[in-house]
Amino acid sequence: MKNWNTVVGAVGIAGAALGIWGGLVYAPGDTKMGDLARILYVHVPVAWVAMILLTVAFVSSILWLTKREWRWDYLQEAAMEVGVVMGILLTVQGSIWAKPTWNTWWAWDPRLTSVAVMVLTFVGILALRAFVDEPVKRATWSATASVIGWINVPFVYLCVKWMRSLHQTQTPWGTMAPEMLQVLLFNTFVVSILCTWMVTVRYGIAAGERAKEMAE
Amino acid sequence: MNSILAECAAVTRKELVHLWRARSRMVATGTFALATLLLFSFAGGLDEDALRRNAAGYLWLGLLLASTLALGESFRVETEHNAIEMLLLLPVRPAALFYGKAIGNLVVLVIVGLVMVPFTVVLFDAAPKESVLKLGASIFLGAAAIAAPGTMHAALAARARSRDVLLPLLLFPLVVPCVIASVQATQLCIGGDAMGQFGAWLTVVAAFCVVHWSLGGLLFDRVVED
Repeated sequence: MKNWNTVVGAVGIAGAALGIWGGLVYAPGDTKMGDLARILYVHVPVAWVAMILLTVAFVSSILWLTKREWRWDYLQEAAMEVGVVMGILLTVQGSIWAKPTWNTWWAWDPRLTSVAVMVLTFVGILALRAFVDEPVKRATWSATASVIGWINVPFVYLCVKWMRSLHQTQTPWGTMAPEMLQVLLFNTFVVSILCTWMVTVRYGIAAGERAKEMAE
Repeated sequence: MNSILAECAAVTRKELVHLWRARSRMVATGTFALATLLLFSFAGGLDEDALRRNAAGYLWLGLLLASTLALGESFRVETEHNAIEMLLLLPVRPAALFYGKAIGNLVVLVIVGLVMVPFTVVLFDAAPKESVLKLGASIFLGAAAIAAPGTMHAALAARARSRDVLLPLLLFPLVVPCVIASVQATQLCIGGDAMGQFGAWLTVVAAFCVVHWSLGGLLFDRVVED
């Protein structure tokens, strides 16, 4: 298992190097935004993977609440932590892009606001985990809060369609240059691999912590 | 069905009796809310137009901050001397406990919200241009949208360490959508609703209420029984 993790991590890091080259060199600049648009090769994959990870945490929470198997609690904790890191990264990348494009680091736009709410909600749940010592209570309470907190995740994705937003709507794949689409999909795959690696490592740590709690 | 309604009514009655006996608590919560209104007027400077424009926002932020005191207190009394264990021994379903508690908290928030209205009108020169009933409806639904997730998370935070920090940390991000919609609905009551947008904002708050009042009833047993 440990060797497998190392292989996945190494593939992810090598893929990231290739993805950076793809985003900066291989893919053409955008016709309107030029090189500025190259941030989408990390921003979009991070956004997708962040929402997928928080959805994994939500599904794991439901499975913990219904089945009471510890593996679902480990997965919830691991997916939520990595999902929050991706969410913070997403917000920072968005701000870096917003400054030259919108002339501001932050705008009170539905997409930006809902992402901030999503990240803060799950940071709160991680804090809840840190403040509860008894393992069953910690797992159950954080699972309950995750189920409630996840409601915002579909809204984050759909708000640009439902509401007037500065943030652009999802770009149809057919309108993109083939090189752009190739790099975007490749980087999404790489970010998914890297996050799978991080979640697996964090899962192992959560399982180890639980074993230690049982021993005490 | 009748049985759960009867259980819910019994828990609500217990909550209201407790509220009445500890009414000084409600007075303290209301005073805190009014103090925040005063503080917001200092933060906004002396621009009277800006104060009037933001009056609904100040009202809702004051109520939200005060809600953490009221919600936290509603479960503090249950955790003292392990009263919650006794409560769980009663032949009452956890969902009825949740709804009873949430209705008790709703009553406190509505009273505090209604007390804040005349002060908001006087301090920010924000007399409502729309009917008072509309204003009342926006406060009632907004308070209900805070009360349900607030009750749920107060139950979680009450038995954790650093509960005073934890409750706002869990609650504030969650209620952002309902606060935005409530502020808009209240501001339309104050500033006038020329475009007829009040109903749409109130629908957003109502939808938020439906989701959180349903989820609370479904999940509360997991929170109190473990």
